Amino acid sequence: MKSTICAGVSAAALMLAANGALAQDAVSDGVVKIGVLGDMSGVYSTGFSGKGAVDAVKMAVRDFGGTVLGKPIEVISADHQNKADVGSATAREWIDEQHVEMITDLTNSAVALAVQKLASDKKVITMATGAASSALTGADCTKYGIHYGYDTHALPVGTATAVVKNGGDSWYFITADYAFGHALQDNTTKVIDSLGGKVLGSSDVPLASTDFSSYLLQAQSSGAKVIGLANAGQDTVNAIKQAHEFGIVDGGQQLAGMLVLISDVKSLGTDVAKGLQFTTGWYWNGDDASRKWKEEYEKFSGGEAPTFVHAADYSLTMAYLNAIKAAGTDDSDKVREQLGKMKIDDFFAKGGEIRQDGLLVHDMYLLKVKEGGTDPWDVADVVRTIPGNEAYASLAEGGCPLVAK
Amino acid sequence: MDPMIRLILAQGMLGLNNGVFYAMLSLGLAVIFGLLNVVNFAHGALYMLGAFLALILYSYAGAWVGLDALHIGFWPALILAPLLVACFGMLIERFMLRRLYKLDPIYSLLLTFGVTLVLQGLFINFFNASGTPYPGMPESLRGVVNLGFMMFPKYRLFVIIFSIIVCFAVWYMIERTRIGSRLRAGTENPELVKAFGINVPLMVMLTFGFGTGLAGLAGVLAAPIYSVSPLMGANLIIVIFAVVVIGGMGSIAGAVLTGFALGLVEGITKVFYAPAANTVIFLLMVIVLLVRPNGLFGRQS
Repeated sequence: MKSTICAGVSAAALMLAANGALAQDAVSDGVVKIGVLGDMSGVYSTGFSGKGAVDAVKMAVRDFGGTVLGKPIEVISADHQNKADVGSATAREWIDEQHVEMITDLTNSAVALAVQKLASDKKVITMATGAASSALTGADCTKYGIHYGYDTHALPVGTATAVVKNGGDSWYFITADYAFGHALQDNTTKVIDSLGGKVLGSSDVPLASTDFSSYLLQAQSSGAKVIGLANAGQDTVNAIKQAHEFGIVDGGQQLAGMLVLISDVKSLGTDVAKGLQFTTGWYWNGDDASRKWKEEYEKFSGGEAPTFVHAADYSLTMAYLNAIKAAGTDDSDKVREQLGKMKIDDFFAKGGEIRQDGLLVHDMYLLKVKEGGTDPWDVADVVRTIPGNEAYASLAEGGCPLVAK
Repeated sequence: MDPMIRLILAQGMLGLNNGVFYAMLSLGLAVIFGLLNVVNFAHGALYMLGAFLALILYSYAGAWVGLDALHIGFWPALILAPLLVACFGMLIERFMLRRLYKLDPIYSLLLTFGVTLVLQGLFINFFNASGTPYPGMPESLRGVVNLGFMMFPKYRLFVIIFSIIVCFAVWYMIERTRIGSRLRAGTENPELVKAFGINVPLMVMLTFGFGTGLAGLAGVLAAPIYSVSPLMGANLIIVIFAVVVIGGMGSIAGAVLTGFALGLVEGITKVFYAPAANTVIFLLMVIVLLVRPNGLFGRQS
């Protein structure tokens, strides 16, 4: 009798202890903090980062219910000014002082590569969206780093293929002079080479240049049929505008923006951008679920339509919170494992999965700018859906050293 | 036309376009240095201020006075913004620089450098760091002109012609008119000029205002071409100092001619080896300093 009571008490005590431990472990410091670290004031602050990205994450938190495992979810944000050192310092402060569980956005590949490495050393999950470099899940992949939405491998598969097949077989690149631009140029060159086209030359332009005229003239005199813009955001907009100003498009050369957002098209005007083809991870006017989400987002954010990066921000926040819920803890190892097991299947990513190297593989879309859409943001038609496994490099091709050969 | 020649001409044209800004800014610097012996490090920031004033007049000023539809356009800005910058310059001269004339010139240099940092900080705080496009380019200057070897935007052509006229007018005023001769005399021997009944402190203040006004004018002209950004002056000021050093400190004609010439050299370098374009000016500066330490147009001291 005595022994059974003893056993009962100790069992109860054990259970209590276990429960206590569980409650303590489930959410490490009583709150789940998501950090949005992006370019809040520079060339990538519209369309990629900025208010649009923060709103997308906040909206996902609202739609999720505001709490996970009974603990509140908090969203904080900061400007990395496109500087890897500023981004790293902020991430370090977030992780060490504020106990941020996950860092997202990370537009600008140079910043993303630095922060992803730092966060992984400290066992914190990063989910990069705005960054494009395929190195994030290739040579520089990390255990806790996820790349969500698109990459420099997927972009040219759609756009460059379409342009070369249309006869644009000689290219000149205007390239943003840092990790992202060079990765995009290299990946595009591979696609062009594989289709029998050739690259005649390139100009490296510092990030956030405002005058592209002399580079455009070099491109013009190269005689290439296509001027490939391996840049993004305001840089792309400025380059396209100035190509029109200097009569380069009228002179018969074609522009191919390798990374174009619908916000860029809107800012150029569909009359200027007409006929431009570009690859995207999502388009709001693709299906009903997306249209519905865009409306909700516009209401939440106050007018501006979401780009595919914003949709990715929402989708990944949902995926992350669902993974915490399913794993029953915010422990990075368990959540990362859960994210790898889950199917990512929502309005943004159809039949997507997060691979071992951290890459979300999902379908991409080739769009073509049109005039006279029904909605002010209805700026393009979907020309082609590119299946995920065609758009992205295979696990082996990606070259992530963590993947067992 | 041979494509190589065409490319050289085209890049030369763009170089001239940049040279315009070098010339206008180094002209203002030369005027200030020549008459006040002050190295105005705030010149780039005042150029930036001019561009921002044009942007503010167009995009915000209307809303501030309750008239949302009011946009003060390019032409009024071309007069208003330089005047405002000149007023700001005169305030700096009257209340700050004037106290430092008796000290080593390094003090006024440090002061103006401080003014630069304050202005940049303020504008980074209130506007985005990487630039806002200026939306107010006048309709009459939109479109392109066919120069035979290239299509050149009308506006840029206007800027080149307008600036050449301004530079010539300033040179003429200082070197060939009565006001100019008084200004020059005032710097040579202020006591003597005072004896003639001329108010030298007022003249110095107006001169500083005039030099900074030129920077403001260059800023307004630059606004429609480049994005208006808090760091636009900082990117330019180093080149401008190189131009002034090559041209010869204090030489008006030297500053203008060197500005245009270096713009051209920079542009044409882009044809042959683009990455060297940013360094070619400094390379020239080194050579000129070795061979002619007073600059190409500088007077022997």
